[in-house]
Amino acid sequence: MDVIWDSRDVILKSFWLTVQLLVISGVASMVVGTFLVTARVSPIPVVRGVGVTYVSIFRNIPLLMVFVLVVEGAPRIGLMADVPFLLKGCIALTIYTSAFVCEALRAGVNSVSLGQAEAARSIGLTFRQSMGQVILPQATRAALPPLTSVFIALAKNTSVAAGFGLVEATARFKSVKKFVPGEADTLVLFAVIALGYIIIVEVMSFGSNRLERRWRLAR
Amino acid sequence: MNNVLFDAPGPKARLRQRIYTVIGALVIVGFLAWLVLRMQDYGQLDYEQYWEVFVTPTYVDIIVQGLRDTLLMAVSSIIAALAVGVVFGVGKLSEHAWIRWPCWAVVEFFRAIPVLLLMLFIYFTYGIGDGFGSYWSVVIALTLYNGAVLAEVFRAGLLAVPNGQSEAGYAIGLGKTQVTMIVLLPQAVKIMLPAIISQMVVALKDTSLGYVITAPGLTDAYRLIKIEFTNQLPAAIVIGAIYIVVNLILTWIATMVQKRIVGEKKQLEVPAVGGPGSGTAV
Repeated sequence: MDVIWDSRDVILKSFWLTVQLLVISGVASMVVGTFLVTARVSPIPVVRGVGVTYVSIFRNIPLLMVFVLVVEGAPRIGLMADVPFLLKGCIALTIYTSAFVCEALRAGVNSVSLGQAEAARSIGLTFRQSMGQVILPQATRAALPPLTSVFIALAKNTSVAAGFGLVEATARFKSVKKFVPGEADTLVLFAVIALGYIIIVEVMSFGSNRLERRWRLAR
Repeated sequence: MNNVLFDAPGPKARLRQRIYTVIGALVIVGFLAWLVLRMQDYGQLDYEQYWEVFVTPTYVDIIVQGLRDTLLMAVSSIIAALAVGVVFGVGKLSEHAWIRWPCWAVVEFFRAIPVLLLMLFIYFTYGIGDGFGSYWSVVIALTLYNGAVLAEVFRAGLLAVPNGQSEAGYAIGLGKTQVTMIVLLPQAVKIMLPAIISQMVVALKDTSLGYVITAPGLTDAYRLIKIEFTNQLPAAIVIGAIYIVVNLILTWIATMVQKRIVGEKKQLEVPAVGGPGSGTAV
């Protein structure tokens, strides 16, 4: 127990790294995911094809392989050789997560009923107006629950960085465990770090629930 | 949806679209060409040094063996997870609070923590040394995580069966256990099938995490090959492509099952911490 209590500083610090990974790649995935979803509904077939291909590649490849490609593969062709580990981790997480963000947003757009678009057209709104004032506001609200799932998954996925030079919370479990004597203490250490993740996840889903209640659509 | 949002394109718009098509295609081709040229510059296209290994029988065997281990780990953990899922999914619907609450806690716990943390904990506490080794550490970790997710799938599946079904069961004098086992579960399984197959994609992707504890599988094949040939990029591309193909096949099977067996019904949606189906989790 003493070892774990003495390591509270490094454990907290490692969770700070986890939160950094989560926030940076979360924001970046939102941006890239929005571009992707725009590509996927675009009227240009080539652009649509790019969106579809991207999503089906990165939804079906394990995150670990994305990390391998970014951290071990890219430097072999002189890309990202001097980039710090934190940034590499964020890039890998963003590449992977934005495919799921794209799908969540697309589900949101699809959930707006067709009648809304027809009504917007029939009162003479242009494409831009009907998109900006009728469809997208509702789509964003409808996309909130799937987006929350994506970001909660991202919070847990930051743990994969443990295998690639970043000592975030999961990697810290491994390094502190070395100094923990017995099985009972390992269990405590595991519970402490698990609790950290649970807090992060619960805060996120609590926030999303509040927003969801405030944003609830009249259907 | 698109055609509702804007008019059918006139001659001007069609010309514009055609121009954008060409520009888009050029950008894509340019990007791919840049990548290939870059690989060429850094000598990554050197066939004998970097790529020949993927047609060398010994190493093809290693990759095939890795694929087999990966599939085996995924299948066995999903089968075990189904058992865990039934127990806890039904448990969460129990009338007795002392069954319902522990089941709820277990399910929430294993859904909220990263699989990798669980895997490392199991491996370094029970797997290492005289323990059961890295292979079973992966399988056990995946069983617990996917079991928790599938418990939610089962719960949602049981609740999705129309009320009249269980009412009819009670009306002819069945007990609650009988109604669940004879009436609800068989019908729920039908609705759940696509979600279960999608969960296989998640499990298959998660087996790759065994890399961190040197468990067998495709990622271990990657490790062996890259150590010997220092061909990180080509090896990652090849192994990554194998994962994608296998998962696309699984997704295709899930869609077929949805069409053939489940019918027009909406796919089961599970409000998940960490996300259901279609590979939201790692």
